[in-house]
Amino acid sequence: MARGDAVVVEHLVVRYDRVVALEDVTVAAHFGEALGIVGPNGSGKSTLLKSIAGLLSPSSGTLDVLGVAPEKVPPGSIAYVPQIETVDWSFPATVWDVVAMGRYPRLHFWQFWKAADRQAVQEALHGVNMYDLRDRHISELSGGQQQRVFVARAIAQAPKLLLLDEPTTGVDAATEEALRQVVRSLVAGGLPVLMTTHDLERVGEWFDRLMVLDRRVLAIGKPDEVVESGAYASIREHTHTHGHARSA
Amino acid sequence: MNALLVPFQYAFMQRAFVAAIAVGLLCSIMGTYVVLRKLSFIGDGIAHASFAGIVIAYIRGLDYYVGAAIVAVVTALGIGFVHRKGNISLDTTIGVLFTGMFALGVFLMSRLKNYAVDLQSFLFGDILSVGAKDLLFIGVLSAIIGLTVIVLFRGLLYTTFDPVVAQASGLHVETIEYVLLVMLALTIIVALQSVGIILVAALLVTPAAAAYQLTDRFAPMMSLSALLGVTSTVGGLYLSYFLRSSSGATIVLLATILFFSAIGVKHLRSVRFA
Repeated sequence: MARGDAVVVEHLVVRYDRVVALEDVTVAAHFGEALGIVGPNGSGKSTLLKSIAGLLSPSSGTLDVLGVAPEKVPPGSIAYVPQIETVDWSFPATVWDVVAMGRYPRLHFWQFWKAADRQAVQEALHGVNMYDLRDRHISELSGGQQQRVFVARAIAQAPKLLLLDEPTTGVDAATEEALRQVVRSLVAGGLPVLMTTHDLERVGEWFDRLMVLDRRVLAIGKPDEVVESGAYASIREHTHTHGHARSA
Repeated sequence: MNALLVPFQYAFMQRAFVAAIAVGLLCSIMGTYVVLRKLSFIGDGIAHASFAGIVIAYIRGLDYYVGAAIVAVVTALGIGFVHRKGNISLDTTIGVLFTGMFALGVFLMSRLKNYAVDLQSFLFGDILSVGAKDLLFIGVLSAIIGLTVIVLFRGLLYTTFDPVVAQASGLHVETIEYVLLVMLALTIIVALQSVGIILVAALLVTPAAAAYQLTDRFAPMMSLSALLGVTSTVGGLYLSYFLRSSSGATIVLLATILFFSAIGVKHLRSVRFA
């Protein structure tokens, strides 16, 4: 592994009780690249992102995130966009309020909300074409709009590492294209992005490298090459059968 | 003197009104978090658990409220600990620990040969008996809780809405949760003297739930909750003087009426804009 990689995962094993979610995963993500992660349900895609985000403790193996252990990463460095159902949509918050939360990890309690924070929120909302809906309550959004809000919150955070867990599952084509353009422009600016997906159709347009995960790394490399390999074909049928069910 | 101002001429009523303002503010502000985190059970839970503290304080000859406060804080921290380490839902943890602590209180009391704890005042509260020392106690705790809410405002909001992402972004979700539980325990102890063990949960839930019906942003919800909370405690205390009724019960009934009024207003609004 080259020094200075954004994320270095070595021999990572994660178990939930008796279920092995990840078994000896070794991978590195570089600055300024989008690394796609595909795999069937239960393949450990979400587990890998959660481990990198510091939300899960590995059973064994090591994680190096932005040069340190995940729990030592400074506040505001990692932006994580989970699968969307986890929040209460009746929460008293507008689109603006949710995106503004992205700034909170960067603000100490004595620091007031500044013009720069406001500007970061505005730019993030423009980036996902949601600025005009900024005063809408979050319960009044479509699934695609909800997903855009969460991605906008992550962008507003101005993170050093972006983790996206199936942001394109169940969203409309316009949202998918808006998200793709945002991700590509962030990557062009040097941000490392790790993203899981069920959608195997446009991996070449999304990612610089693609990884096939099924508890272990089955293949990793240029998206086109991975697509042509057997590793991709072996999970393809399985994924399409269960494509829109949520993985654990 | 104007008949409507009569209640304010007594020193004990003046102290009661000051206590009512503080309790109304504290409970309804903390209640915003209670309602949004779906912890409605916690008011009942910690209030009942504190009964063990009252009995222990009686046995040891200590101040009842100090005993209640210590047991309430310990129970709150225990709830957080068992919830996290045991991976058990908060709801279940509260249910187990509060009944356990309440049973401990009853157990200790039943072994006393002759107990003379004035249970009535703990079950139903007696805001009219608030003394100067109690006011100092309420004032100090209110200041601590108020400052903590200001300091942790953004962290509390983010971890209430989306704890997982907040943690991934580097906020100390676990610490914030423990601090919140301790603040809730102290709030409940402050409110105990005014409305009692049985009714304290209402002050923690009802004003915030009413405000939730009428607002769709967080800061307005908290402000409106505070307004409704103080209206309930001060208004309830004031009305109880003329109705010759229990102050705690009158306060809670007024809060309940405000809650149903809020539902009515919400309904009327939706009809008008439909």
